[in-house]
Amino acid sequence: MTKLDAASRHDLTLHVNGRPQAVSVEPRTTLADCLRQELGLTGTHLGCEHGVCGACTVLVDGVAARSCLMLAAQAQRHQIETVESLAEGGQLNDLQQAFRELHGLQCGFCTPGILMTLTELLKYSPEGSEQEVRVALSGHICRCTGYENIVKAALATLAQRGASHGPR
Amino acid sequence: MKPAPFHLHLPSTLDEALAVLASSSNARAIAGGQSLMPMLNLRLAGVDDLVDLNGIAQLTGIELDGEDIVFGAMTRQREIERSALVAQKLPLLSEAVSYIGHCQTRSRGTIGGSLCHLDPSAELPTVAMAMDGELTISRQGSQRQVPMRDFGLGLLSTCLQPEELLTAVRLKPWPAHSGHGFVEYGRRHGDFAVVSAAALVELAPDGTVHRSSLTLGGVAHVPCRVSAAEQMLQGRRPEPEAIKKACAQAAEIPALTDPAYPQWYRQRLAARLLERAVLRALDRVTPALTKTGP
Repeated sequence: MTKLDAASRHDLTLHVNGRPQAVSVEPRTTLADCLRQELGLTGTHLGCEHGVCGACTVLVDGVAARSCLMLAAQAQRHQIETVESLAEGGQLNDLQQAFRELHGLQCGFCTPGILMTLTELLKYSPEGSEQEVRVALSGHICRCTGYENIVKAALATLAQRGASHGPR
Repeated sequence: MKPAPFHLHLPSTLDEALAVLASSSNARAIAGGQSLMPMLNLRLAGVDDLVDLNGIAQLTGIELDGEDIVFGAMTRQREIERSALVAQKLPLLSEAVSYIGHCQTRSRGTIGGSLCHLDPSAELPTVAMAMDGELTISRQGSQRQVPMRDFGLGLLSTCLQPEELLTAVRLKPWPAHSGHGFVEYGRRHGDFAVVSAAALVELAPDGTVHRSSLTLGGVAHVPCRVSAAEQMLQGRRPEPEAIKKACAQAAEIPALTDPAYPQWYRQRLAARLLERAVLRALDRVTPALTKTGP
């Protein structure tokens, strides 16, 4: 059995955005802090650090989870995806583009987490209703209170992806 | 905030986990971490040894054992939410799970973690109480069975000893022709409920109540059955007046009190929500059966 000693740092390998990454962390280091400080992936934001605000949401094996409530060491053997995985070659993906066009963000602090939750929703509920979008978003706090445009951007992306996959 | 330092143990078997718990004087097991991690981050909890249960495959899964459904303690709330077996056999649990936190926390949160944390208004302890759940508690070399009724000792505290782990939860489905209802009141979707109510009702062929289970969360330190109301409904036809009168018993329980939600408010909620849960349960009793009554 692996035991990670409290006082020292430990070399671990995490799988982040499709690539194995070497990190050196304390046992108490959260996944969020590891992503930001060890890997420089500062797109993952930390708001409340107790699982309420949703800013730190990432995908763990494709499913949205709070990276402030997971230890870096617990993320070994899992595939982690952060907001940095969305854009390809410097091009915003369709969801990000919809946020931009429909003014789905103001200050942008909550946006990375929201994008990851919606990424899961788009994948597992491609025919998701407005109600499903709103329920999924209830796990995020936007203090600019821009929810309406966030919902619009999500629905626009759902519709667009549905259309590109042909008639349902 | 960040947690204070701790040794982190990553066992892959139950025996390894139990060995650490037995050897450390200040160890705690971490399941999904959706309650313990906030407490560690806020330094409301501190441990010398943290034992991560997430690598123990034998603690996960939903199995049909005879008539019963047995959950490994590390079964995620998300898996319960999406389980066709649970939806079919334990519809009360299915309904309650969607009220737990948010999808982003249900993806990690577990049934065992929720029972052991035992927040007074958490949904899973309320359902386990409503369904007379049977818990398997393990320690090195032995295990014991504890009924949910005896599991909670008080606010956020259970009968688990420091060297013990909750390993499985057994729930007995109610007959297919019974009805269920779970309702709760919270300020926002996903918040902890102020009060929640769970009702299970089974009718006799003559339309009278054969058996009922009425449970409240958020009222007492531990989810509680409203036995007085169950007894009042027993053998009666479930007429609206009889239900109202029985559910009024919920307001007699000495409820928790705090500045935001004083006792009288919780008691009032308890009676109203319980009535709503019972009515919802009756709506769902197989119609064919209720028609056979006189």
